[in-house]
Amino acid sequence: MRYLIRRGLWTVAVLVGVSVLVFVLVRLLPGTIVDILGGGEGQLSPDQRAAVMQQFGLDRPLPVQYLRWVGSMLRGDFGWSFRSGQPVGGLLVSRLPITLELAVLSVAGVSLVGIPLGIVASVSRSVRVKTLVQVVGLLGLSVPNFWIAVLLIIAASYLFHWLPALIYVPPWTHPWVNLQQMFLPVFSLALGLAAVVVRMTRSSMLEVLGQEYVKVAHAKGLSTGAVLLRHALRNALIPVVTVLGLQMGYLLGGVVITEQIFGLPGLGWTLLNGVYQRDYPVVQGTVLLFAVTFVVTNLGVDLLYTFLDPRIRYE
Amino acid sequence: MSEAPSGRRTPRWLRALRRNPAALIGAAAVGAVVCVALAAPVLAPHDPVAQIATPLRPPGHPHLGGTDELGRDELSRLIFGARVSLYVGVLAVAIALGVGGTSGIAAGFYGGWVDNIAMRVMDVLFSLPALVLAIAITSILGPSLTNVMIAIGIVYAPTFARIARGPTLAVVGLPYIEAARALGASNRIIVLRHVLPNVSAPLLVQTTVSLSTAILTEAALSFLGLGTQPPTASWGLMLSAARQYMLIDPWIAVLPGCAIAVTVLGFNLLGDGLRDLLDPRIRTL
Repeated sequence: MRYLIRRGLWTVAVLVGVSVLVFVLVRLLPGTIVDILGGGEGQLSPDQRAAVMQQFGLDRPLPVQYLRWVGSMLRGDFGWSFRSGQPVGGLLVSRLPITLELAVLSVAGVSLVGIPLGIVASVSRSVRVKTLVQVVGLLGLSVPNFWIAVLLIIAASYLFHWLPALIYVPPWTHPWVNLQQMFLPVFSLALGLAAVVVRMTRSSMLEVLGQEYVKVAHAKGLSTGAVLLRHALRNALIPVVTVLGLQMGYLLGGVVITEQIFGLPGLGWTLLNGVYQRDYPVVQGTVLLFAVTFVVTNLGVDLLYTFLDPRIRYE
Repeated sequence: MSEAPSGRRTPRWLRALRRNPAALIGAAAVGAVVCVALAAPVLAPHDPVAQIATPLRPPGHPHLGGTDELGRDELSRLIFGARVSLYVGVLAVAIALGVGGTSGIAAGFYGGWVDNIAMRVMDVLFSLPALVLAIAITSILGPSLTNVMIAIGIVYAPTFARIARGPTLAVVGLPYIEAARALGASNRIIVLRHVLPNVSAPLLVQTTVSLSTAILTEAALSFLGLGTQPPTASWGLMLSAARQYMLIDPWIAVLPGCAIAVTVLGFNLLGDGLRDLLDPRIRTL
């Protein structure tokens, strides 16, 4: 319990740090926000400038500005988009599910394919399997996922005359159409990661399989399947979960490009369009939401550890 | 494996490299890309930005790599693209190594509030997905080659800081440092002579591995239009342009991706090999 509280407090501290970082980054913008709002430098008279500055509270000292900014965000007010005039909070809420669906399906795909393949590979002691798994794992780290995405689109269009849909269909209106739409993006995101997970699972399983308690399990007459899945796997999974957790950053970054390529209007798509259109409230909001998602995921991974290995709780 | 005759003295690292074919392949790939980048003006058959032929020709004679959407020679652009990738990769990692390595060593050496502040700043930088942070920084600095370098440098600095801090912390408490201090050695001498040698091996491994991720990140940012700007030839940018024409001429989408994959794989293999060589405690998975 004390571990949980400490871990939770630390998460909050990091999030405060991130909000300061984003605040400072946005204030580093060339030209002030007033000029951007006014449609370019020199468009506003000094009086108009002062009026706008006062309206947005930009004449206050920076710490006051920061506290007011954080305060309004905690009340769910993320400001308004420069371009569409929409509230950014509502925009983010409508975009987050798409990104989450992409990420969750990818992690599920990676685990469902990567872990079983890794277990299978761990049973074989041949050098060829070892080399193959190592090379494929390194390829997974080396081949850019946006290239995989582009190749998949080419292949799908030649083989099935399929092209990325122009309109996103949410799962609650047409679940089947949505899954069809998500298949290639998820595949392009998951392929590289799955290769890494196969490699990690295999080496981790091999280490566990060499331990005494596994020999005992064999000796008392358990079937190979029971030894592998019930005794070895649980210990072997800990490093795999670590790697999956570390790769969440890669995954969330990959989402940005994947959404762009496949035209899925998620958080990454929103971030990029915000950047292209210099729509800073949108950029600020999406970056913060990415940070929150990432930090919360890391927290989740840590908690998963304590479930997998109770010893960690007492450290 | 046959060993070199004991009469001839081969350096230890060379022998280790010979026993590790994967690292050898990595070193060869990296070496080839470096040579291509250095000799680009000699190797490239054409000017990489000159529009000289019919657009979107498949590979063949006279354009070995075909031509791109503007009728530029694809092979020449690939060759010059190696320059951009390596240039951005090397300088970005140099920034990360300089900033991260220094603050990591400082944090471990001085401890106390220096350690606290440095590592908390790194924690915050770590709490954003690398590509998202890089996008945020380039969007504020503006898209250009230099800014991409700075952004990637900042993004990867925390990794170096963590890696440098550990061994520094471990060494600082040891008696021989105390002895050096008793002999009147300054902090500068202690860090350079006694701390740095302990930190350099893990930092070297991380540098090699980071070169691969930095090159990938540059390609990704250029792909998104936030990195290298046209008409400069960059692999990421070439892939991005290819998206509109890839169904007419798939080659322009295939070749730049291969170039990225080979280069990045080379650095990854080399990094793995170096880790085996320099840090036998961490075995390769």
